[in-house]
Amino acid sequence: MTTTITNAEKKSGEVASPEQTYQSSYVPRFDIWEGENELLLYGDLPGVSVDDLDIRFENRELTIRGKVASRHEGNFVLGEYGIGDFHRSFTVGEAIDAEKISAEMKQGVLTLHLPKSEKVKPRKIEVKTT
Amino acid sequence: MLRTNWQPLAEVNRLRNEMDRLFGQYADGGGTEMGRMGTFPPLNVWEDDNHLFVEAELPGFDMDQLEIYVTGGNQLSISGERVQPEPAEGAWHRKERGFGKFRRSLELPSDVDSDSVSATFINGVLTLTMPKSEAAKPRRIEVKAN
Repeated sequence: MTTTITNAEKKSGEVASPEQTYQSSYVPRFDIWEGENELLLYGDLPGVSVDDLDIRFENRELTIRGKVASRHEGNFVLGEYGIGDFHRSFTVGEAIDAEKISAEMKQGVLTLHLPKSEKVKPRKIEVKTT
Repeated sequence: MLRTNWQPLAEVNRLRNEMDRLFGQYADGGGTEMGRMGTFPPLNVWEDDNHLFVEAELPGFDMDQLEIYVTGGNQLSISGERVQPEPAEGAWHRKERGFGKFRRSLELPSDVDSDSVSATFINGVLTLTMPKSEAAKPRRIEVKAN
């Protein structure tokens, strides 16, 4: 496995970085899958509107920011999850074709497609017999 | 020279993540993958004079994958299953999200009219609007002065 994706949040306390999650009210969960041609990120973002998402890819750093507005009017009886701002960032080890990154939201799940650059795609080397 | 800036809130954040991980590991979830995430789905419940509102975070579910029952006037049950996508060929680098079957039961703080419960499912958030039964609605008591 050659791709290394690390979470800046895991480094908190070890490496000083401006990309920290310490101002976030919660940390959304992500799955990351690598195929031959692309990396796929699946993120659980229930209640997040597309308009409230800000996704940036810069210098191998993928940053996902967003917010969930309050939906409650009345007296709280039970509160098991918070809403507010969130922030996650990943350092992507593979070379990504930034122009072709795409994202979609469906039923509160963000799917991010990060196509690999042509130059890093694995090539099968044919061995010629003489 | 390696330069490090001390960020006290980063330490607090790291502690919080470790605590979440610790308690999530031992939360009662019936041994399922969903259960290992902690209590699933997380619920918010609030009320006004005439209604109870229950909101559940269920990202990646379809409405037809959910079964919702209100029994006995105040027993709410939500169950369903989320199936993990399996892309054709490749490898998982990180798996933080939970999949599998879940069932969650909750005793509501007051009786509701189960025939009039309505549900919406928007952006992975299920919202149940449950009218309170007439007997459960608050009544203002007038105090008569002599």
